[in-house]
Amino acid sequence: MCSFDYQTIMSISIYGSSVVLMLLGLYAVLVKKNLIKIVIGLSIVDSGLHLLFVAVGYLHNGTAPIFSPEAVDKVNQMVDPVPQALVLTAIVIGFATTAVALSLVIRLYKHHKTARIDQIKSLKW
Amino acid sequence: MKRFLVIFLMLALGFYLIQALHFVPFGANRMGAPADKKTVAAFYLNETVPQTAVANVVTAIVVNYRGFDTLGEVTVLFLATTGLASILYKRRDEEETERVSKPSSTILQTGAKVLFPLVVILGVYVFVHGHLTPGGGFQGGAIIATGFLLMLIAYQKYHLSHSMLTWVESLAGILFVSIGLWGLITGGTFLENSWFPKGTLNSLISGGAIPIIYIAVGFKVAAELTGVLDILLSTKDDKSASNIQQ
Repeated sequence: MCSFDYQTIMSISIYGSSVVLMLLGLYAVLVKKNLIKIVIGLSIVDSGLHLLFVAVGYLHNGTAPIFSPEAVDKVNQMVDPVPQALVLTAIVIGFATTAVALSLVIRLYKHHKTARIDQIKSLKW
Repeated sequence: MKRFLVIFLMLALGFYLIQALHFVPFGANRMGAPADKKTVAAFYLNETVPQTAVANVVTAIVVNYRGFDTLGEVTVLFLATTGLASILYKRRDEEETERVSKPSSTILQTGAKVLFPLVVILGVYVFVHGHLTPGGGFQGGAIIATGFLLMLIAYQKYHLSHSMLTWVESLAGILFVSIGLWGLITGGTFLENSWFPKGTLNSLISGGAIPIIYIAVGFKVAAELTGVLDILLSTKDDKSASNIQQ
């Protein structure tokens, strides 16, 4: 039996929650019929991915990568800044895709009078 | 049947994700000592202060080292706004529609009036101090857009001038690109930062052109997000469609 120290519990909870978020979002995308719920699923996948990115860049007992007056000499404790910059980009792109997807949903709803994909006849072949 | 298939797929995917993450120990030092400069992250941590005099390393990466990427990012945001407007187009002769069906309560209206300037000031603070504290242009722009969202929800007749938004967005974008091009002319690379006095670390005026670029990004993001919210909230609600749905 392996011993559960602080490190293991943290890694299981944070990696686990990001994987669970991604899988939940994927489930919503694949199973749900309502288009709004599918868009929500896509943005849940996004959130899980962002959490995973930031968690991979974390350093044990790390501080934020900001050279504020109190932390000027703490270079060795700073967490990886690259994933944080990448996540900043990814959040903005996620917002843009969500906005465009929602506008398409509004357009489909107006055209077919329903937002459920199983009731839109032209989507079946 | 399909649901079981999906659950099986998810379990398999989750198993392999966990298996892969097992080789990425949480909180371990993967970038080496910053002084060695063996990885990109160590280089950034070591060189940001001497090269740019910016306290926030993430800001230095986003605006300076990967500034071209950020230019592409705000372009994607601009394209999303344009795409949204062209998908949800409205003819000019269609009458102005009311945004919310019921007028909001006096509490919300008064509270929005009080809170709106404070929210905007907080957003401006966040993007002006983007090189010193957590936050920056994108975050401050998003905060300002939430202030406008509050006003749009509270007041049915709240009017946003689209030409004003377009002007703010365009001027901010032109400022960003022209700072980049000026760096290309004087320093030889796009967004070269050394032509501007660096200033001292941890003071408001530090980091050369980085705060100016982030302020431009803040204005641009605020205008774009406000435009998106305004377009989405002012789409006409078809009465016939909502009746069929029920």
